Amino acid sequence: MKTNRLFKDYFWTILFAIFIGGSLFIGYEPGEQIYGNFQQFFWEMASFLPLMFLLIGLFDVWVPKEKIERHIGTESGFIGTFWIILLATLQAGPLYGAFPVAYILSKKGASPRNVFIYLGAFSGLKIPMLTFEIGFLGLKFSLLRTLISIPVFIAIGFIMEKYLGKDYKVMNGLGTGD
Amino acid sequence: MLILIVAASLCLVLSLAVDRQKTYDGCQRGLKMFLNLLPTLLLIIALISIFLYLTPGEVLSAILGARSGFLGVTIAALIGSIALIPGFIAFPLARIFLSLGVPAITVAVFITTLMMVGILTLPLEIKFFGRKAAFMRNGLSFIGAFAIGLLMGLFL
Repeated sequence: MKTNRLFKDYFWTILFAIFIGGSLFIGYEPGEQIYGNFQQFFWEMASFLPLMFLLIGLFDVWVPKEKIERHIGTESGFIGTFWIILLATLQAGPLYGAFPVAYILSKKGASPRNVFIYLGAFSGLKIPMLTFEIGFLGLKFSLLRTLISIPVFIAIGFIMEKYLGKDYKVMNGLGTGD
Repeated sequence: MLILIVAASLCLVLSLAVDRQKTYDGCQRGLKMFLNLLPTLLLIIALISIFLYLTPGEVLSAILGARSGFLGVTIAALIGSIALIPGFIAFPLARIFLSLGVPAITVAVFITTLMMVGILTLPLEIKFFGRKAAFMRNGLSFIGAFAIGLLMGLFL
């Protein structure tokens, strides 16, 4: 039963592994290149996700709900929005890494508006990424993009909350409540 | 990355010092969440690897460079939405686009959609936010990214 579930969960991964293994074996070039890409993304993921989940787990057991609710909850206003944007800018990694953080923030009482502002700010305002952007595309490009983006992210947060309602909660990634 | 390692180890040590059982619970919760998501994560990075192979930089700049105006911007937005290219590839690539004469507005829309919209990561996003919210966030972000890019085009 358990192995059956594992097989189902990893079906596509196994298929992909067979494709890659076969490609390497017979020297099929597209397969080899895809494997090269995969390695790069895999190490990107493997280097930060386990640590992030460790932090999320510790955050879950240590941080009281009232604290989060007070600072970035429904009644927190613009100061709450400021905090959530600041939190997002200090992070790094691809956007999918922000989903579990959004879940734990939502679970601890962050308002839907702030959760979606967090996702927006995470996608476009991370400081490590900004320094990189400035290096390649120049200060004017990066600054302009940042300044125009902030109101857009906040607007998206407001629209999402209006549409989903104040009681909306992010799920734990298994498609269930908790 | 270094900050994350330092922060995580500091929190772990502090947590262990205060309460072993709670630390154990926290680690277990984090680990469980990670293991539950692992199949989807692996699937997504496999998809991204294949997509990146199918659309190398030269192909992208050929597509974007040849079509100017609104069509070029729209194509840039669509590619940016589907692709999930990490910053260390995307920004150098954007610079190459600019040097090849791709209009700044097209490059801006490409960068903003790349960051804000994720079609390939939708399966994962749906698991956290539900179908409705995930589609809506991506839809709004698409419109938002387009708007940001167009506005930037006015100033660049």
